[in-house]
Amino acid sequence: MIGRLLDSDLFYSFSRSPVTVLAALVTAVMMGAAAFAPWVAPHTPFDLATLDLLDAFLPPAWMPDGDPRYLLGTDDQGRDVLSTIIYGARVSLLVGFAAVFLAMFLGVALGLVSGYMGGMVDAVIMRIADVQLSFPTILIALLIDGVARGLLPRDMHEEMAIYVLIFAIGISGWVQYARTVRGSTLVEKRKEYVQAAQVIGIRPWLIMLRHVLPNVMGPVLVIGTIHLAIAIITEATLSFLGVGVPATQPSLGTLIRIGNDFLFSGEWWITIFPGAALAILVLSVNLLGDWLRDALNPKLR
Amino acid sequence: MIGFVLRRLLQSILVMLTVALIAFGLFRYVGDPINNLVGQDTSAVEREQLREKLGLDDPFLVQFARFVKNAAKGDFGISYRHRRPVAELIVERLPATLELSIVAALIALLVGVPMGVYTGLHREGFLSRSFMTLSLVGVSLPTFLIGILLILLFGVVLRWLPTFGRGEVVALGWWTTGLLTVSGLKALIMPAITLALFQMTLIMRLVRAEMLEVLRTDYIKFARARGLSNRAIHFGHALKNTLVPVITITGLQLGSIIAFAIITESVFQWPGMGLLFIQAINEVDIPVMAAYLVMIALFFVVINLAVDLLYYLVDPRLRVDRDRATGHG
Repeated sequence: MIGRLLDSDLFYSFSRSPVTVLAALVTAVMMGAAAFAPWVAPHTPFDLATLDLLDAFLPPAWMPDGDPRYLLGTDDQGRDVLSTIIYGARVSLLVGFAAVFLAMFLGVALGLVSGYMGGMVDAVIMRIADVQLSFPTILIALLIDGVARGLLPRDMHEEMAIYVLIFAIGISGWVQYARTVRGSTLVEKRKEYVQAAQVIGIRPWLIMLRHVLPNVMGPVLVIGTIHLAIAIITEATLSFLGVGVPATQPSLGTLIRIGNDFLFSGEWWITIFPGAALAILVLSVNLLGDWLRDALNPKLR
Repeated sequence: MIGFVLRRLLQSILVMLTVALIAFGLFRYVGDPINNLVGQDTSAVEREQLREKLGLDDPFLVQFARFVKNAAKGDFGISYRHRRPVAELIVERLPATLELSIVAALIALLVGVPMGVYTGLHREGFLSRSFMTLSLVGVSLPTFLIGILLILLFGVVLRWLPTFGRGEVVALGWWTTGLLTVSGLKALIMPAITLALFQMTLIMRLVRAEMLEVLRTDYIKFARARGLSNRAIHFGHALKNTLVPVITITGLQLGSIIAFAIITESVFQWPGMGLLFIQAINEVDIPVMAAYLVMIALFFVVINLAVDLLYYLVDPRLRVDRDRATGHG
């Protein structure tokens, strides 16, 4: 099977583009580091017992006051910046993937139902989609987050923050999937295999699930990769604004927010390195998404 | 034509009512308004009196109607945190946000459109490719990160520009403007560029795509065959037709600018409505949240309605088909 993969057109276009290979490599490295954070990170920045306040505000190792133990310097509480970045990337990627899956699940389901059922159901769903689309996603995510915080008692804010965030970003992103899947479903509905299944008497939801779904999933994956980049940025933005993941379980956005306070007193590394990590991550995912879209686009083949 | 306008108007009203419902729900049911308004010493009897006075015991629809009526007048109650009428707070902050947004939109248009035209006309040039790469970077970098980088470079390292606030403002009636003072202008530069960058890349890519699309059409080929100069073709024919979708998208993007203004205002501590909203969310200041929600919804609905109508008026194909279909014309 690996042999078939390596022989395919997809892999050919992949290996021909050095930028894409680099992007894929960077993404793989970051995801790997994030997934295996406890083993990869040189320190454990969130285990309060290991922190030494005397080590606070150390600059990166290559600068005059730097300490080779803390490669990228330390923050205000003596936490190693490199380790916080690795753990932060973990949270960012977790929220990003989860939100994308939620949006994908919701969007594909609604798109299938809307396209297959037609009629009133279709009209209602698409109307809601249109209305939601007229608002920027970040505003919707912000609103859902704000409302959820209002509804939860204050002491639960911190634990629930990550779930609220995933929910908010997921809900704000389902429309794109739904529209695409609906379009493809409308096309597939007229094809003979669907009509044959209907004639045999298979229930509608089974038809949707087992016959139509596999044929409409292609574009969904492309949207998914691009949406992953957007979800990561949205999460970082919300965390930066203070309504995202709290400082006890920080994502890259939260780290940037914390570090921002120290920008003016000269400890630039506390915010710049998480910022760079975020930028590189998102850029790589974007490049991968771009390549995937061009590679899977039947019109360009 | 009338049918179209009526239907869109109806849809807009429906959306506004839904948003009002959500805002009202927030207002009434999230936390207890009484608890938020009074101190801890107020006795239970006094709270009951207050509850009756504010009409919090009335049936749902009555309260909702009252909310909508007040909202239409611009009365959103009193901010929990600031203890001032919400309407007052908003009017205070509105000029700051509007100035920032409009300047950013102008920058995005004035830089984005020419760049888009250039990269569309000279597809393979080195400059074009670098613009396209820059645009990819512009899309990947979150707005707040760009803001921080700009602050670091121009504020901390070079010390050319102020890093927060609005500078000195001049009051003209109820509007306060920072455009008439040097410090105000200097403070405006970085936030405006930060806000404009995302829009700029979007507009540039859009204009480029549209230019490429239009340049392949038959009427352009015909113009070339007739011997018209490149200049006449590009600017006389191609550009005009590219601009229609660009204008509509830009109109829709106005709303997006307002949303991103929230982020930019946070980074630069710009005293606008966005910063007010973020603070309100952090402090769970419901009246401000509800008011912002309704105002933003109104803004979006109006813009979308205007763009839809404008598109209908500008694109003659939409009108002709419709008339022919109904048997007139």
